[in-house]
Amino acid sequence: MADHAVLADDEVDLSRRKFLTKATIATGTLGAVFAAVPFLESWAPSERARAQGAPVEFDLSKLEPGQMATPVWRKQPIFVVRRTPDMVARISGHDAELKDPQSQDSDQPTYAKNDLRSRSPEFLVLIGICTHLGCMPKQRFDKAELYPSWPGGFFCPCHGSRFDLAGRVFDGSPASINLNIPRYYYPNVRTLVVGADEKGTA
Amino acid sequence: MSAKTAGAAPAGPAGADSAPGAGKGLWAWLNKRLPISEFITTQLTGYYAPKNFNIWYFFGSLALLVLVLQLVTGIFLTMFYKPGELTSFDSVEYIMREVNYGWLIRYLHSTGASAFFVVVYLHMFRALLYGSYKAPRELLWLLGMLVYLALMAEAFMGYVLPWGNMSFWGAQVIVNLFSAIPGIGPELVLWIRGDYAIADATLNRFFALHVAAVPLALLLLVALHLVALHETGSNNPDGIEIKEKLGRDGKPLDGIPFHPYYTVKDVMGVGVFFVLLAIVVFFVPTLGGLFLEPENFEPANPLSTPLEIHPVWYFTPYYAILRAVPGKGLGALLMFLAVAAFLFLPWLDRSPVKSMRYRGWMSRTALTLFTVSVIGLGYLGMQPPQGLYVVLARIFGLIYFLFFIGMPFYTRFEKVRPVPERVTCHAH
Repeated sequence: MADHAVLADDEVDLSRRKFLTKATIATGTLGAVFAAVPFLESWAPSERARAQGAPVEFDLSKLEPGQMATPVWRKQPIFVVRRTPDMVARISGHDAELKDPQSQDSDQPTYAKNDLRSRSPEFLVLIGICTHLGCMPKQRFDKAELYPSWPGGFFCPCHGSRFDLAGRVFDGSPASINLNIPRYYYPNVRTLVVGADEKGTA
Repeated sequence: MSAKTAGAAPAGPAGADSAPGAGKGLWAWLNKRLPISEFITTQLTGYYAPKNFNIWYFFGSLALLVLVLQLVTGIFLTMFYKPGELTSFDSVEYIMREVNYGWLIRYLHSTGASAFFVVVYLHMFRALLYGSYKAPRELLWLLGMLVYLALMAEAFMGYVLPWGNMSFWGAQVIVNLFSAIPGIGPELVLWIRGDYAIADATLNRFFALHVAAVPLALLLLVALHLVALHETGSNNPDGIEIKEKLGRDGKPLDGIPFHPYYTVKDVMGVGVFFVLLAIVVFFVPTLGGLFLEPENFEPANPLSTPLEIHPVWYFTPYYAILRAVPGKGLGALLMFLAVAAFLFLPWLDRSPVKSMRYRGWMSRTALTLFTVSVIGLGYLGMQPPQGLYVVLARIFGLIYFLFFIGMPFYTRFEKVRPVPERVTCHAH
């Protein structure tokens, strides 16, 4: 650079030095960001964890009407409830006491976004983890089991969230949305697959 | 400060031979290469602390003692503990039943965790009582708060390691708090856990953080806290800056050398502390479920939630606030704010005086109500979240936040009493 050639040996070109300092800081910062990626990525679920999170099958013929089974998918309890006609009837009539009766803000596949939150009235499939802070709700299926007007459903012992027999959350619960519903389908009449549906794997 | 005291020979009993570079033989050889003597002079024998310290001034040195206790017992526990879904619980039982004195080392560590919070909470209350966070000690307070945050992370992850059922479900609840963050919440939780639930991957990374990363951060922060303390000097129960009244020798008139005066005092505190610690460790190591919860004596079970999930006592005030709020996002936000509020104290407090001794009735009432609320919330955080308990938690939670929100107003408008020129200290 011709215009810098006039500097004497003991003089310092400050503007050049500032530019070099800034360029070094910028390059170093960029390098640090790239270097951080492998370390941060190492915390994401490993290949093994992903493989173990594959869809699971459940034999529905094991369930009697009114019974609930808790198979495990992705280390989460899945609630599979075989609802009796009486239980199905107890799902309606308390929409006014619910936070999200139409499941507008809740998390479920489109085929479960209906009054009974299921593909068929008989079987209810839920992720058995409270949408508040992740505890496992207890089954309280009997009418008036918690209080006289209780229609039956689930009660979370940790912070007192209450859900009806379609997994819809009652007003006054700390949970703000209904219980989540995973992707699921029935490959035949007696088998349930959780973690996948006709459109693919979760 | 150091420029004033470093050169002069200290007036304290240590004598002139501890001046920098002094002495002969090996001592002189050492000091030419490492400023040991200068460090002792500037930081101990020539470091002047106010002469009117009272019982509230034991807890800083005790916190340091507990830190050392936790490091030593923790290092020995890692020699026998095996992190992992299948090995953690069994290795803790192995320590308790088969390792020689393993029960003692483990109970010292678990009791030490609670003792850490006891002394830190008393240490923090002292700061509230005497306005120790006010200028020029804002940064000292902030560094102390960072120590407190690191300590919370350390305690939380440590509680997960035995892999009892409360370890598991406590981790489940606390990690899920992050899912309340809009947008990235669920992805962030998956990243923290490294699996679709709290699992082996989570346990192993918590182990690494608990035994290496967080302790290193803690040590650094504690060192910075002490450097900042020795730069500004200690506050005192009168909230008077002793550096403003110097004697002819340039030393604070109301100050005495830290060593030997306060080292001797602190050693007495250590004695009393060890007696209390021993009573807990030897006679009531779980303290009726307060220090170690009964549910944690059964192994982690992802399919069986304990009937009541609550953290150990030192987190229950925040936990009560979390549960008192309907709606997860708001509850988590208020819980976070309850912790973060302390960071703003130096700027919320507009009082012209530091110590509660010279403040008006409004500050005194506010601090009293705040203290009652924190204790109340701590109790309520251990009770089931229903009925009257929730109502009370909401009232106490409101008082908790009003203490901070109202502070700029009540500290500015209340009538304060005149602060004396010199500290009040009766001969004894």
